[in-house]
Amino acid sequence: MRHSLRVLIKKEIADHIHSWRFNILLALIFLTALASIYTAGMAIRDAVSKADTPLGDLYLFLKVFTVSDGRLPSFITFVGFLAPLLGIGMAFDAINGEINRRTLVRLIAQPIYRDDVILSKWIAALLVITVFFLALGFFVMGLAILFFGIPPTFEEVMRIIVFLLATALYVGVWLSLGILFSIYFRQPATSLLASIAVWLFFALFYDMIVNILVPIDTEGPAQIVFRQMQIHQYLLRISPTTLYQEVVTTLLSPNVRSLGPLTVAQVVGAIPTPLSFDQSLLLIWPQIAGLVALSVFLFAISFTLFMRQDIRH
Amino acid sequence: MADVVIELKGLTKIYGTQPAVDHLDLEIKRGEVFGLLGPNGAGKTTTILMILGLVEPTEGEVKVLGINSTREPLKVKKWVGYLPEDVGFYEDMTGLENLKLTAALNGMEEKEAVKAAEELLEKVGLGEAKDKKVGAYSRGMRQRLGLADALIKKPQIVILDEPTLGLDPEGMKEFLELIKNLSREGGMTVLLSSHHLHQVQEICDRVGIFVKGKLIAKGTVSELAKELFSTELYTFEVAVNPMEDDLISKLMSVEGVKKVEKEEKAFIVHAEKDVSAEVAKTVVKEGYNLVRLMPKSYGLDDIYHRYFEGVQ
Repeated sequence: MRHSLRVLIKKEIADHIHSWRFNILLALIFLTALASIYTAGMAIRDAVSKADTPLGDLYLFLKVFTVSDGRLPSFITFVGFLAPLLGIGMAFDAINGEINRRTLVRLIAQPIYRDDVILSKWIAALLVITVFFLALGFFVMGLAILFFGIPPTFEEVMRIIVFLLATALYVGVWLSLGILFSIYFRQPATSLLASIAVWLFFALFYDMIVNILVPIDTEGPAQIVFRQMQIHQYLLRISPTTLYQEVVTTLLSPNVRSLGPLTVAQVVGAIPTPLSFDQSLLLIWPQIAGLVALSVFLFAISFTLFMRQDIRH
Repeated sequence: MADVVIELKGLTKIYGTQPAVDHLDLEIKRGEVFGLLGPNGAGKTTTILMILGLVEPTEGEVKVLGINSTREPLKVKKWVGYLPEDVGFYEDMTGLENLKLTAALNGMEEKEAVKAAEELLEKVGLGEAKDKKVGAYSRGMRQRLGLADALIKKPQIVILDEPTLGLDPEGMKEFLELIKNLSREGGMTVLLSSHHLHQVQEICDRVGIFVKGKLIAKGTVSELAKELFSTELYTFEVAVNPMEDDLISKLMSVEGVKKVEKEEKAFIVHAEKDVSAEVAKTVVKEGYNLVRLMPKSYGLDDIYHRYFEGVQ
């Protein structure tokens, strides 16, 4: 890695760790996560004592992340909702903030490539986020061990690690969007609002719009319903939120065997067992690729814009 | 002969249809302090950014230390320190930390960077404030930190864009003094831009007057004055009582007087030789009271005015 890039990444990481904004977002996610874990833990503990299957089959540790007792949303719901906010919050003023503080021109008057400035923003934020989510996940696992008194299986640990990395990747998408807007809009307030608008659109309205555009007529002939469901799903999968949800569902609920509609003929003869870890991974591979592609695509646009941007405004 | 460190050839930058810099030719020699003077929006900053390779010229060529700035900006930026107009720092970092970051980006080792930064901070008078956050710095302190920031890479050339902007008169004087000393001690070439001619006249070896993207004059300040006012070397301010227009024709008839203008409280007499005695004699002879008669000298403000007449 180039020396100047390393210096800039170091500075960016220090900036994030010291900033109020980042710490508030972290505290928000940490506290909501803890609350949901606690209620989930209580609910599961009650269920465990009544279960008659061997404990290993229950995927107890995964349930900590997915189960809700009805009073508080589950861990994954919280994280899925707040993670984009974290990405946006870290990136919405990445470039226009530097321009407004008049530090950008001083920075690029040094013998460094312009690429390093924007790359460092992205890499540093992603590193910080990954470390945070891994730490949060391991912390939750530790709590769960205290709670249940049994260790997680190797498969569970692997599933949780991949889930955490996928979450970081999902934040990365929003990070790229934030950086893009921070280059496109001159005012940080504008880029923040624009990013939040996109986030709300995908988090709340996108599903509704797709439902209106492609209504599924459950009474119709099977052929047509099948077709409608497919189009419906294709449209939904444009949204990073859908992609992320599918990844999470598959990883944390091994009982999920398919993400699309299945015909009766396909299900006949299938044994209703959980998928193995590598099969789950195979199932979500396209979604992961989609998320990577989306963030790289957004970053590529930002990159082009930034390289062409005139330093004088 | 001193060698040329900055060479601009037919440098042009067009924004939209408006040329910001229009076929600029300029050579700056090693060790000199050159002042780029002109009103706001004359294209000074654009020129500076092209010298640094931060803005691509539409036409023409920039060579700094023989290196083409447009093609190899990194090499140029290694040797050129730059203090931008209205410089910004990372507010929640201390002055020292800001300098250390710049030093690191220039490939300096931590130890070396701290040493260089502390020396420079001492030199610009920020030794006491080095561990304060920049957010708490005053405008003058920021400007001095900016100078230290431009110097930390040990440049051969320093470019200062409007370095006196926003400083109080005392701070400005100190700051310019600082630049002068640094250029003398370090043998550095300094290019500074300003729209306040008389503020920078003392420290500039040469100045260039830049209007609407064109360099309309360059040279030492006295050369510029001579060039401009060669036809009217003698000008007098004559205050009389009462101020009547009749006197104008009388004064015009004095030998050597070329033009008489009436201002609010005095006549301005332009002449090609020293006519003060004759003018006084005429005034008294015509029965007026001579209140004041003084030769007018041309300061830089007048030069400046003369050049920018009709521009704004």
